[in-house]
Amino acid sequence: MADVTLPHDMPAVYEPSLFGTYSKKIGMWLFLMSDSLTFGALLYAYSYGRISTPNWPTPFHSESIVNATIMTAFLLTSSLTMVLAVRASAEGNAKAQRLWLLATMACGMGFVILHGREWSKLIAEGLTLPVFPKLPGQAVAGEFVNVAKTVPQFPATFFGLTGMHMLHVTLGVVYLGVVALRRKFIPILLIMWLVAWLGTPSYSPFHYGAHVLLVAAVVCSIVLWLKPKVYDSSDVEVAGLYWHFVDLVWMFIFPLVYLMSAKIL
Amino acid sequence: MEAFQQAIAEQVAEQQLHHGKAQFFWVWGALLAMTAIEVYLTYQNLQPVRMLTILMGLSLVKAALIIGYFMHMKYEISQMKWLTMCALVACLALMMIFFPDALRILSLGVK
Repeated sequence: MADVTLPHDMPAVYEPSLFGTYSKKIGMWLFLMSDSLTFGALLYAYSYGRISTPNWPTPFHSESIVNATIMTAFLLTSSLTMVLAVRASAEGNAKAQRLWLLATMACGMGFVILHGREWSKLIAEGLTLPVFPKLPGQAVAGEFVNVAKTVPQFPATFFGLTGMHMLHVTLGVVYLGVVALRRKFIPILLIMWLVAWLGTPSYSPFHYGAHVLLVAAVVCSIVLWLKPKVYDSSDVEVAGLYWHFVDLVWMFIFPLVYLMSAKIL
Repeated sequence: MEAFQQAIAEQVAEQQLHHGKAQFFWVWGALLAMTAIEVYLTYQNLQPVRMLTILMGLSLVKAALIIGYFMHMKYEISQMKWLTMCALVACLALMMIFFPDALRILSLGVK
């Protein structure tokens, strides 16, 4: 087979895409489809456990439902700010694009903080996993001390599903931070890691989970230094697809995990 | 390469700017309203199967709104819409094969 060298100034003729759009976007859709199977499997595992376990716990009272509703409002609002960021980038308005991206990140961080608070409360009440660090004294007299022993499917599927989603939201915030601020985001990310690591007690799962931010900072640094670029409207649109997907998954987790396991007195 | 990037940017602009911003606010409002309905139903202590049916119905409508408007699938060409959505729904539906086994455990017990 003979090699053919095309001159750089020759106009390229591309076959039109089957999907009528650019390859970056198709790539993101394919990733999201595979990721939805991951979440699908976790949601089915949760539902399977629920169907096959007659004494399924209902740990969420009014306070938890209000908290989860606020979290949902944060995510829905972040999706609105994200579409406004995509629109601003399509209009070529870089300042508005950055501001909307930062607003989206703020909503995402609000979601993660509220979710972390919810997790900490449940762990303090005795709902925990064997892999989590032991609470000091271990004299927990909460409502769910025996749940982990009698219905281990509940904490396993609850923490697995919501933890995977929280990880996706956290990485989404990092992704948007890189698109909005590029290299300027790396020191901010490192500060976020230090705050999350040093600001949480050593018996909290978030004390170790915070290192996700450090790993993200290293990976982002490598990417940004090896291939520096100005992110254009297509990059913002693709980042938006990821963010909306995270919102979309929560639309199933919220009713299935929280509302269907609520005990309103 | 720059011309290629420019062509993609023009395509993004063409897809994103042919409808007004108001549409996004309507969709956001509808999503919030449906969430409020879900929470209201939780406080009504409905029978679980009925509750699950309503909640999943509302979740599917919310998912369709997010995919269609926020993720812009409504404005993609039909090959993109049908190939991606049919493949995804088929794969997720196949996972339901496990549910009869969960019900079998309930009726027979674990031995």
